[in-house]
Amino acid sequence: MKPIIELYIQQFKTTLATMFAYRASLLIWMIGQVLEPLVYLIVWSLVSTASGGSVGGYTTADFAAYFILLMLVNQVTYTWIMYEFEYRIREGILSVALLKPVHPIHSDIADNISSKLITTPFMILVAVLLAIVFHPSLDTTSWAIVCFFPALLLAFAIRFLLEWTLALSAFWTTRVGAINQIYFVVMLFLSGQFAPLTLFPLPVQIASYVLPFRWLISYPIDLISGRLTLSQTLIGFGAQAAWLAVSYILLRTVWRAGLRVYSAVGA
Amino acid sequence: MNYLRLVVAFFWVGVVSEAAYRVNFFFQLFQSLVSLAVAIIGLQVVFTYTGTLGGWEQEQILALVGVYLFVGGVIGLVIQPAMQQFIESVRDGTLDFTLTKPEDAQLLVSIHQVNIWSLIDIAFGLGVLAFALTGLGEKVGGAQTGEFLLMLAAGGVIIYSFFLILATLSFWFVRVENFLTIFQSMYEAGRWPVSLYPGWLRYGLTFVVPVAFATTVPAEALIGRLTPVTLLVAILIAVFLFVVSRVFWQIGLRHYSGTSA
Repeated sequence: MKPIIELYIQQFKTTLATMFAYRASLLIWMIGQVLEPLVYLIVWSLVSTASGGSVGGYTTADFAAYFILLMLVNQVTYTWIMYEFEYRIREGILSVALLKPVHPIHSDIADNISSKLITTPFMILVAVLLAIVFHPSLDTTSWAIVCFFPALLLAFAIRFLLEWTLALSAFWTTRVGAINQIYFVVMLFLSGQFAPLTLFPLPVQIASYVLPFRWLISYPIDLISGRLTLSQTLIGFGAQAAWLAVSYILLRTVWRAGLRVYSAVGA
Repeated sequence: MNYLRLVVAFFWVGVVSEAAYRVNFFFQLFQSLVSLAVAIIGLQVVFTYTGTLGGWEQEQILALVGVYLFVGGVIGLVIQPAMQQFIESVRDGTLDFTLTKPEDAQLLVSIHQVNIWSLIDIAFGLGVLAFALTGLGEKVGGAQTGEFLLMLAAGGVIIYSFFLILATLSFWFVRVENFLTIFQSMYEAGRWPVSLYPGWLRYGLTFVVPVAFATTVPAEALIGRLTPVTLLVAILIAVFLFVVSRVFWQIGLRHYSGTSA
């Protein structure tokens, strides 16, 4: 266990140094991260104002709360591994990582967490500013707040494992761009990033319960917004636990299969 | 005439060099289809709950999406790749070769790299526009079409000048391509009319990063809600920015001393 902890600490230092070296990239990333939910916030606020102040159970202030929370949940759970893995395989960098006595996923987890430790304060600041501008209303309960943090943590774990597994598609194809794009589109509509899921037609809603995406984004938001009953919350935790198990098994299986076809480009 | 021959020649080089990677056509086609689907599904969901959005009807916003895809295609066809290539050439010193050529250097760097697959986005944009126009039907007259084309040209000049000014900064700074990336994520916001946005964001998308002139303004011209003032302002800004970018380019060029030499 001790070497792993040391690895995490070392990765934190490296990530910190890299991020300070590329401050401009940080700004670009933040603009993208904020602008998308902001646009949807504005669009849906207008829709709700146009229909007399409320749409599908969401008032203008509810939409503001929804999309500001969405921005924060997305901040905690998102990963960028899918952009990196193809490069690692193409350039043969993975070969070096494979020589190390720990699974390469550990340095990715450490990198993800440490970069978020630095960026999250900025996002909270942005969230506060947006809250001042858009007057969100949040009707939450104390037990919902208590349940929110484990739900968020589980969402991060599942999303990380799933996207890490998806990134492994680079073992088989050099066209990961197309695969990522499909993933992002499905995620956009079925996780609740585009709009609260209750606004979608029934078949989409049913699909969202079966697929993992809802449990990564929509569920933590609905939970802290006080929109879930106790039994719905428990179902949510059950679904998250199930998807955590599935994504873990998936990752192990795909990783082993991928290593067998990997023949170290550039080595 | 000479300029036109150059444009055609560089475009042809783009076609020939990409002809070796024909599969890219299908991947670009696929990606364009997906982003078109996203735009249309999004509109469909929004308009199940409302008849108009900030005074815009569904076909009108669809026309805006057409303009958005078309202009995005033009940017991706020549402006973005050429400017990226130019920034790269300042860094590695290959700009020297361009400067020795007996033709205006600004023209050369503006056309010497094309990404022909963006033609797919241009075609999709025109298709969406045509489809939206059948919905708008009799409401689009000859004068509006004229204004639309004029505003499209003005928007193109504004975006080009904006990119050129940013790219010219690379004579002084190293990581200028970051600004181009910022433009990409800001451009996404142009899929909706900028008039929907609160004041600060609207001004930002109009005067700081001129997304509004590229998308909303031409679409407004098409659906006949463009005020004469906006028309005039767009033309003036286009002329002004074009002159400024030209002057700035020449100052920058004097500052350039070659990296490889």
